[in-house]
Amino acid sequence: MARLNLILVMIALACALSAVGANHRARKLYTELEAVQKRMRDLEVEWGQLQLEQSTLAAHVRVEKAAREKLGMKPPAPGRIISVDPVAGN
Amino acid sequence: MAQKSIKFSKSPLLSERLPPWRQRLVLVVLLGAFVALIARSLYLQGFNNEFLGDKGRARFERVIDISATRGRITDRHGDVLAVSTPVRSIWAIPEDAQLAPAQARSLAAMLDMDVREINRKLASEREFVYVKRQLSPELADRVTALQLPGLHQKNEYRRYYPAGEVMAHMLGFTGVEDAGQEGIELAFNEQLSGKAGSRRVIKDRRGNVVEDVESMHPPLEGKDIVLALDSKVQYLAYSHLKHALEEHRAKAGGVVVLDARSGEILALANLPTYNPNNRVKLIGAQLRNRALTDTFEPGSTLKPFTVALALEKGKVRFNTPIQTAPGKMTIGTATISDAHMHGVLTVAQVIQKSSNIGAAKIALSMTPDEMWTMFDGMGFGAPLKLGFPGEVGGRLRPAKSWRPIEQATMAYGHGISVTLIQLARAYQAFARDGDLVPISLARVDAPPVNGKQVFSAQTAQEVRAMLEMAVLPGGTAPKAQIAGYRVAGKTGTAHKLEGGAYANKYVAAFVGFAPVSEPRLIVAVMIDEPSNGKYYGGDVAAPVFAQVMAGSLRTLGVAPDAPLKPLVMTSVESVREEM
Repeated sequence: MARLNLILVMIALACALSAVGANHRARKLYTELEAVQKRMRDLEVEWGQLQLEQSTLAAHVRVEKAAREKLGMKPPAPGRIISVDPVAGN
Repeated sequence: MAQKSIKFSKSPLLSERLPPWRQRLVLVVLLGAFVALIARSLYLQGFNNEFLGDKGRARFERVIDISATRGRITDRHGDVLAVSTPVRSIWAIPEDAQLAPAQARSLAAMLDMDVREINRKLASEREFVYVKRQLSPELADRVTALQLPGLHQKNEYRRYYPAGEVMAHMLGFTGVEDAGQEGIELAFNEQLSGKAGSRRVIKDRRGNVVEDVESMHPPLEGKDIVLALDSKVQYLAYSHLKHALEEHRAKAGGVVVLDARSGEILALANLPTYNPNNRVKLIGAQLRNRALTDTFEPGSTLKPFTVALALEKGKVRFNTPIQTAPGKMTIGTATISDAHMHGVLTVAQVIQKSSNIGAAKIALSMTPDEMWTMFDGMGFGAPLKLGFPGEVGGRLRPAKSWRPIEQATMAYGHGISVTLIQLARAYQAFARDGDLVPISLARVDAPPVNGKQVFSAQTAQEVRAMLEMAVLPGGTAPKAQIAGYRVAGKTGTAHKLEGGAYANKYVAAFVGFAPVSEPRLIVAVMIDEPSNGKYYGGDVAAPVFAQVMAGSLRTLGVAPDAPLKPLVMTSVESVREEM
């Protein structure tokens, strides 16, 4: 009887300790999850800012100005355009 | 010790008999106290545990607000047209913010502000002042690093429009609370705006979140909106319209580009415009989205509808001759006239030369009811219900009130008013085979095959041929021609109504489509009060049409349907050989 009691006490103690351990692990993992989620939000914000930057840099006003002034480009005269028929290829 | 000690058990006090009621009284009082304690603890733990539970939770749980971002607006290819990014505002409690002169100077340098202005703000009597709003997060972090007393930061969102004034009217803008106030931002506000959420967490002593108790309201992120708009086509429309307005010293103008197959609005430009990123000095005229909210008398651009109806009703045919001499015609007490005398014209030539008398004579062969039903069927007189704020329907009076002179003038677009977008939409009937499909602000992934049939396919094809004649030599708008593509369209020049009378001011318009063999785009141009000598639609609006149409067709990769006469023969030969 005494031995059975001792075994039960040991089991109860082991359960209690593992419960504490599990809780601790859960909290640690949760902190990690938090950090990753924060990083996700930060990256999303950064993505938005990069998209904004890209749109600003690729604005047609800017591109046209650069093409005309820096690169000296102009639309081709109608006579210089050759239409390539996709079906007639090869 | 002199006194003899007494053992406890022999204490004489014990032998004293106390009255038994005293014993019972103590017992009852003690028991009563225990019962009261048990009852109280039962009450607190079992029946009314809310209050203490809340107090306990308040010591370790925190409610965190999770903000939701407003959705992005992109064009049909995914280019960002409007995006919200987080910014920070710096605010202060002036009572706490006692800055040393050196601190104030470094803050001023960082914020690019005057030291006196900062000091003035911090000397305020109020309990809350904004020092500077909407700073970039990097700059705000550097301000935090200064560790100044009494200064706090607040997260906010700011909306940016990279395309600036090019698409201002289409997109609109948002107010301080990030809610749509104009344009798409208002029309699609419900989808765009997210809903902030909140969650309850347990925080440890260092302020780290250690456990998520429950998320009370998950945040609802705003949805992204994909518009039908093509930012390249939009830019072409905007820049050519701007040049035309400067060249003709016009007051205002608008361009609408529609996809004839899907009914999508590829571009919608208005002038004057504004920069949505900096709305300090805005006036009403800049804000107006004229293509949707302003009506004008469309003038001759309405003639093709009159002719189409007459063809449909069998009143005339393509080549029916109509006498327009002597260029004047009196109906009742009023006289209408043509700008040039033409003599006998066929129905097709009435469109080609834009004869008012020809159109009036054709109109008078029909009943007012028939014409009203046709105009109504084209969508005139009622808003298109795009969901766009401030959209109007124009004016189309009921047929019963028409006098014959009004019926005649309506045949060539006077006495009726429309918006530019209605006009562009109505031309679908000719660009398509006589049917109208609904137009759309948002991208359409499955284009409608058949719309509402308003004319027969044969009528539409005949009118298309007449409209092509109008841009060929001998027509009113040879300036609308484009190299490599067959174009069809109609000019319109209308006197402006001012205070009920026609003034010496004009609205020049051109509506057309291309390529004629398989129409893909409809472009409508309206220029208000050109005042640099020229004012005819064929001189003012048609060149804008040609430039926008040519650029858009090339951008969209539409195959040319007219022969290009190559100037450089050698390069043609070399390309041909490679194939």
